[in-house]
Amino acid sequence: MSPTRADVAAVACAELFRGDGEIVVSPMGLLPSIGARLARLTFEPDLLLSNGEAYLVDTDGVIEGWQPFRKVLDTVVPHGKRHVVMGANQIGRHGDQNISAIGEHSRPVKQLLGVRGGPGNTVNHRTSYWVPRHGKRVFVSEVDIVSGVGYQRAKGFPYHDVHRVVTNLAVLDFGGPDHTMRLVSTHPGVSVDEVCANTSFELDTSAVTETRLPTDEELRLLREVVDPNGHREREVPS
Amino acid sequence: MPDKRTTPDEIVAELRDGMTVGIGGWGSRRKPMALVRALLRSPVKDLTVVSYGGPDVGLLASAGKIRRLVFGFVTLDSIPFDPWFNRVREQGAIEVTEYDEGVFGTALSAAAQRLPFLPTRAGLGSAVLDLNRHLRTVRSPYDDGEELLAVPALKLDAALIHLNRADARGNAQYLGPDPYFDELFALAAERTFVSVEKVVETAELTEAGPVQSLLLNRSSVDGVAETPKGAHFTTAAPDYGRDEAFQRHYAESAKDPDKWPAFADRFLSGDERRYQDEVAKFHEEAA
Repeated sequence: MSPTRADVAAVACAELFRGDGEIVVSPMGLLPSIGARLARLTFEPDLLLSNGEAYLVDTDGVIEGWQPFRKVLDTVVPHGKRHVVMGANQIGRHGDQNISAIGEHSRPVKQLLGVRGGPGNTVNHRTSYWVPRHGKRVFVSEVDIVSGVGYQRAKGFPYHDVHRVVTNLAVLDFGGPDHTMRLVSTHPGVSVDEVCANTSFELDTSAVTETRLPTDEELRLLREVVDPNGHREREVPS
Repeated sequence: MPDKRTTPDEIVAELRDGMTVGIGGWGSRRKPMALVRALLRSPVKDLTVVSYGGPDVGLLASAGKIRRLVFGFVTLDSIPFDPWFNRVREQGAIEVTEYDEGVFGTALSAAAQRLPFLPTRAGLGSAVLDLNRHLRTVRSPYDDGEELLAVPALKLDAALIHLNRADARGNAQYLGPDPYFDELFALAAERTFVSVEKVVETAELTEAGPVQSLLLNRSSVDGVAETPKGAHFTTAAPDYGRDEAFQRHYAESAKDPDKWPAFADRFLSGDERRYQDEVAKFHEEAA
């Protein structure tokens, strides 16, 4: 069986954590969670996995640490030994992210979650984003309300480190001119034009590759261990 | 030794219009819902509500109790958005102070420590500063000279908290995995009222859990109300988890202006006993 788009996206999410070593990873959402477990089972065995509640758990669900919300905000986030993957209702060319509200803040067209931990995460430790539906309404020239802080606003901030954006179409980073968004790779079967057509601003496309395919072992782990019920296929239809 | 046992209605009778009220818990987790329901039945209004928001915010918004909300998020956890909160925001019906969730905790910490402010990096560069023009920055007086956000103390007139156990004197205990920020809410407040699943003898507290689970000592607790299932429909682990079926019913009713009056009439117009009875019937009907 050949890899599906969801398999490729899961591996791209796993790749977010390559080189992270013994730090806490906080994957928000399904594909980042699958990616984090896959990374820990393969090339990053020392990762500490947060279960989104008060526990650090290994890939079998065994509790190996206590990390309640107050500890996260008081010590883990500012200490910086953490890599979070958040969602983004909007994301801008310099990496500003919005999960707060759409429209004017005083009377939003659409209220979302609120800024949550976005402001603190992005000025304290490595942050990546997962966008399941890459489109012009998400990839906007300017976000309405800045939750996560991008490169332009973070000039001079010592610990700002927005790493990558993984979507259902592609992997992007901020290696373009003046830390603008750059297309790193498109998933197999996706063209550069398709990504650009689904992005409201100009992307740096000077060095695009193809997102790597899962290895046989990664495919086995995805199908038999990490996501045997195939939830990923519903979030990223082929 | 003072006996601080009281009732939700007596607690709410201590609150006045215009007060700043902190509500413990996190999202749709261990919220003092019996106290919130008592507030809904009371005439108290124009509140500044300070909350890591869940359905407490939605319900208080539904009854027009909130003038200003201090928040970092509002969510029902297993359901991303609270329909009532979204509605009042999209109508521009309440004022808000929106903080990063860490900035929010820093503000409570400053109040708890009786400091005018505490420094943090969180919020710098983000909309938190654009939207809250009262916020100031401060420069480190040391060689690094770093500019930081000076988060002003967030003092509360009252804090409402739900825990698992307490004794009659106000020593209170959580038995679940996460204390959330409840201790800070209590210390930031002039007066703190705690509802619990069960009031027990003092000696039973350390039989039920390790001594570290005694989150609040009686010096910071002004009233204790025994309210079994008082966090319903949010979690109160390990006593019970979230009532997902009921939460869905809440969210579906809140989403539809035609359905809401029936929900409010059935579940919110009577006292706590009536609420719990109707919830039991709701589950019988669904079975």
